[in-house]
Amino acid sequence: MKQPQTSRRSFLALAVLTPFAVAATSACGTSGPGASSGNGGASMWFLSGEPNQTNMQKAIDTFNQANPDNKIAVTFFQNDAYKTKIKTAIGANQAPTIIYNWGGGTLKTYAEANQVEDLTSWLDSEPDLKKKFFPSTFSAATVNGKIYALPNMYVGPIVLFYNKELFQKAGVQAPKTWEDIMSLVKTFNGMGVAPFSLGGQSRWTSMMWLEYLLDRIGGPDVFKAIFAGKPNAWMDPAVIETGTKIQELVSADGFIKGFSSITADSNADQALLYTGKAAMMLHGSWTYGPMKRDGKNFVQDGKLGFVQFPAVAGGKGDPKNGVGNPANYQSISAKASDKEKESAKKFFKDGIMTDTMIDAYINSGSVPIVNGIESKLNTSPDKDFLNFVYDLAKNAPSFQQSWDQALSPTAAEALLNNIDQLFLKSITPQQFAENMNGTLGK
Amino acid sequence: MSNTVSTAPGPAVSVKDSKQTEQRKAALAWLTIPALFFFLVFAVIPLAGVFILSFTNWDGIGAIGAAGLDNWFSVLADPGLYNSLGLTFLIMIVSWLVQTPISLLLGVFTAGSQKYRAALAVLYFLPLLLSSAAVAIAFKALLDPNFGLATGLGLPFLAQDWLGVPQLAVGLVIFVIAWQFVPFHTLIYQGGVRQIPKSLYEAAQIDGAGTIKQFFHITLPQLKYTIITSSTLMVVGSLTYFDLIFVLTGGGPGNSTRVLALDMYLRGFRANLMGPASVIAVILVIIGLALALFLQRLGGKDKQGSQLEGL
Repeated sequence: MKQPQTSRRSFLALAVLTPFAVAATSACGTSGPGASSGNGGASMWFLSGEPNQTNMQKAIDTFNQANPDNKIAVTFFQNDAYKTKIKTAIGANQAPTIIYNWGGGTLKTYAEANQVEDLTSWLDSEPDLKKKFFPSTFSAATVNGKIYALPNMYVGPIVLFYNKELFQKAGVQAPKTWEDIMSLVKTFNGMGVAPFSLGGQSRWTSMMWLEYLLDRIGGPDVFKAIFAGKPNAWMDPAVIETGTKIQELVSADGFIKGFSSITADSNADQALLYTGKAAMMLHGSWTYGPMKRDGKNFVQDGKLGFVQFPAVAGGKGDPKNGVGNPANYQSISAKASDKEKESAKKFFKDGIMTDTMIDAYINSGSVPIVNGIESKLNTSPDKDFLNFVYDLAKNAPSFQQSWDQALSPTAAEALLNNIDQLFLKSITPQQFAENMNGTLGK
Repeated sequence: MSNTVSTAPGPAVSVKDSKQTEQRKAALAWLTIPALFFFLVFAVIPLAGVFILSFTNWDGIGAIGAAGLDNWFSVLADPGLYNSLGLTFLIMIVSWLVQTPISLLLGVFTAGSQKYRAALAVLYFLPLLLSSAAVAIAFKALLDPNFGLATGLGLPFLAQDWLGVPQLAVGLVIFVIAWQFVPFHTLIYQGGVRQIPKSLYEAAQIDGAGTIKQFFHITLPQLKYTIITSSTLMVVGSLTYFDLIFVLTGGGPGNSTRVLALDMYLRGFRANLMGPASVIAVILVIIGLALALFLQRLGGKDKQGSQLEGL
């Protein structure tokens, strides 16, 4: 028995099936919770994870109690998820009033699309607020001479951490040169301990190695040329040498076995260091707080060592140079209502970097980016580390912002993808440089 | 993602009274309006939007500018596209080969009426209750080479660099997808098996056919349309595997698990290249439609006919 209208039937069948194909196109377009806050207060998105989440929540609660007409409504998101979500929300005009960011290239795309408020004149009218922060922190917040974000929180240089207990057992000293690193790799591999912990799946963790190596080999000007989009800036011989050194380190089993399976979001890379499975770790100074909290008494017992990234023989970079996050940043959405903007500015002025917050950051092992905190740092139980970070940030002849934040999102995504392949040795340093050279100006 | 299960059609209506049929058809046409409305709003309009976006330059935030065919040329010339395309088909085919036999056998097994089978069926269906993101996060934690299951249970062979070696990562993705979706297809097969008339088996028993013969000569042929339905869902659905892979591997190591849907997302929402991402979306839609049509054809020309004639 045959149906007379086979063609129409199959059309309907097709209609049933098509949504599966289309789901691919719509799956990623879901927008998050609406960003309206009501009552003229401001909405704010911030990163989840301790200790910052609790600290920020406390700051907001205190501010809301004192300013019932300007309440801040905060929502917390995981770091990597946030980076994507905020972009989508801004593109869909659903951004919160207060936009947390890292300055640099991403902030530039927001500013150029007129999505964030120009804060220059407001900051000029609040000189006390502006003078509060390290002057250097404003450079990553500045696009075309205008300030689009308020620096806040703390400075986050990348630091070479090491396990003092393991170093004592091996009878070795913290590395001062690249040769030291390569010989330590042999020593620790011989002891059955992984030389370096690395959360390679997160990719920006591997990037920190390139940032320092390129600085030590070629000096800060190589990346400055890349940042400025100069022709063939990635083809600098220092880039190739950096890639070669990285692959030598990978080949010498410098990183823990299975580093590509480890993510930084779970803090497993830090756990490797404080459980003694790895001897060293190159990571942001912000990992000090979590290691102090999670590492039993590892930090409290003075087993955590920290030094600046070592020098490379014949390199142009000053070993005092730093890389990392100069600060964290908060911008105000240009699409917010006047009342919401006013609430946000009030929070920026009275709520976000209060003395209580500064103390809370110091207590969690971070150096806030405000002037005149030397005495506070010196009375902290973490004074060794805090002073180390403070001096690093203050005395660095050059402090390069993290590449994935400094570059445009398009170039940053290509960078992370190519770094992953470089560490896997599926591309050569030459190919790495060529691939990245194609992203200049994008 | 919501899945629709189309069951095998019932006995066909004979064309006795053409007038009555005409009236019924008119009434049926009205009934399709809500479905057509949703289809238009959630499928046709976004599809048209994506098609238009594929000819533009847009970073997702700023102004949209015309790009002509540039995006199409650049994406089609990009070896990354063919890597993603090959990977998508590899995962599709291997997933089908792995999932179909397991689901079919489990479906036949759980269709039985014994109590212990019902209890086991409940266990088998557990993964169906979990979201892909939760499954991925759980597997990631279990497979951590230093703090995962291998250390916990003291089984060193489990301590592989699962997500760090390209071949292992692809295999693992296929395994986790199967772990998550086999229960769903088992459910489809269980329903299919229960529809098969008992009299067929009784007749076979009288003729002296054993369990294995019954399976190959009654169960399997009777399940023809169930297999096509399940396969269509698997094959077309595998084009959209995204959340699980995104959370589990993020496309890595390198590009070794960067399937087409993930490639589209990373280009669009990480690299802010909405134009090229839209090109990939259009390619995905074309492939999806082609596969769905092809699988429909597999059913044969008399696919709406009855399998129960003579009963």
